[in-house]
Amino acid sequence: MNTLIAIGGLAVLVLIAEIINLRKFIIPITIIGLLGILGLTINDFGLQATYFNNMIVVNKFSTAFNSLFIVLTIFLVTLSGDFYKDQLPKISDYISLKLFLLMGAVSMVSFGNMAMFFLGLEILSISLYILAGSNRKDIRSNESGMKYFLLGSFASGVVLFGIAFIYGATATFDIGEIFKLAINGGIPKWYQLGVVLIIIGMLFKIAAVPFHFWAPDVYQGAPTLTTTLMSTLAKVVAIATLYKLSLILTLSMPEAYITALVFISIITMTVGNIMALRQDNIKRLLAYSGISHAGFMIMALVNLAQSEASLFYYATAYALAGIAAFTVVIVVCRGKSEELIEQFNGLAKRSPLLAAVMSIALLSMGGIPIFAGFFGKFFLFSQALEKGYITLVIFGVINSIISIFYYFKVILAMYTKEVEENASELQIPLSYKVVGVVAILINIVIGLYPSFLLDIF
Amino acid sequence: MVNVLEIIGIDSYIYLSVILFCIGVFGILYRRNAIIMFMCIEIMLNSANMLLVAFSTYHQDASGQVFVFFTMAVAAAEVAVGLAILVAIFRNIGSIDIDNLKNLKG
Repeated sequence: MNTLIAIGGLAVLVLIAEIINLRKFIIPITIIGLLGILGLTINDFGLQATYFNNMIVVNKFSTAFNSLFIVLTIFLVTLSGDFYKDQLPKISDYISLKLFLLMGAVSMVSFGNMAMFFLGLEILSISLYILAGSNRKDIRSNESGMKYFLLGSFASGVVLFGIAFIYGATATFDIGEIFKLAINGGIPKWYQLGVVLIIIGMLFKIAAVPFHFWAPDVYQGAPTLTTTLMSTLAKVVAIATLYKLSLILTLSMPEAYITALVFISIITMTVGNIMALRQDNIKRLLAYSGISHAGFMIMALVNLAQSEASLFYYATAYALAGIAAFTVVIVVCRGKSEELIEQFNGLAKRSPLLAAVMSIALLSMGGIPIFAGFFGKFFLFSQALEKGYITLVIFGVINSIISIFYYFKVILAMYTKEVEENASELQIPLSYKVVGVVAILINIVIGLYPSFLLDIF
Repeated sequence: MVNVLEIIGIDSYIYLSVILFCIGVFGILYRRNAIIMFMCIEIMLNSANMLLVAFSTYHQDASGQVFVFFTMAVAAAEVAVGLAILVAIFRNIGSIDIDNLKNLKG
């Protein structure tokens, strides 16, 4: 609970720091503050409590995911320092927007009331619209912001309509009471309509097929750091929220609901992977890869009772690999109008460190053993098998194999192709090296000791 | 005092909200002027607000009406951001037609 208030306070502090001319210290202050908040959050571990008239519910699930979000934000803030060095007067806006976004994320996984959920969702989305369109002289960034705004507010409208129906059926916004009423049965049919609308709205947010069409365009046009944020933090937040909502709302749903989820999961990973095969823009490639990962994470929803730990593990592995991969993309594609895979040609000669970080990140996303991505997939598959969804697992395995092809396309470009002649010297700021290496190291460590994360639930 | 909802019935309110919601959805799908699309998003949000208020009266429970205040504040913030992005687009290409936004594809 203190997490939420502390993050809000830190965001305001960042804005004040700009006013009193402490611009140079904004990023160090934010990182130190976030580390402190991370300690505060982890300290609460195992606590079960509710705050503010049941508005905030703290449990293991929310604490674990909040810690993950804070770690990701620390990485993103560290990257911001160099990324925004040309727009230094606006740095406090960018940093405080990221912190407000984190506030929305925290309230989305620890909500105890539908009002808190909706506010969290909107705080997160509105901050993201601004960040996506933040490069306002560039029409591609504007276009990305506009598309994200239209689709995002469309999804918010659908979610809100769903909340209204659930309120109509249960006469309460409190998730504990909604859960009890839904289990006991005998509530109007509006309830199921409302649940379906909320789930559809959230599927929009995680970019699951058939609601995925906005993702590649938005990811491509947005400034690369915002793309990093969207494909790691925002995606993990949305999937965690979808999981929590499913736990509360969908236990009384008919059998067909699970069938629909299995179908969406299969089609999401297949379409994501197949479309990724023919991309030559690295940001679009990672966007489609993110769509297919969303499909894998939807697998957690078919076995709600036991998949909490495996979903958390998968989300952590995916987000850390994503941060590392995008760190390299930012460095390599800096100052280019398009982020093409050709620009990675011969990266191993220009910078062996970055090439290694990128390769490990992609191998982890593809699910090669010893990296965390493999175990993430393994745990998700095994919990789906426990419930007997063999078709789902078969499609999952086939899709892991397909995904290797396009990840290797990038790795081969880095290691076997010649450097382009007009390629300039790579300038790698220290903060980027640190973020890339640390993210990859955490990824490898949780790959070697998966029980470290799995046992906390 | 006679409760108006008992005379009209909650069903009519639900139908009206659903119709308004569908008008909003189809407006976003078929109109190409950004301002009109914004208005359609507002219609969607406001149809949900009307449903919340109707249910709030139906259940004799004030929390639904409080929720509507949150939604209105959020919707205002959302549209402010949307208009800001639209102004940036207009400064760059001098038009607010969504069909002109075709730079991103692959």
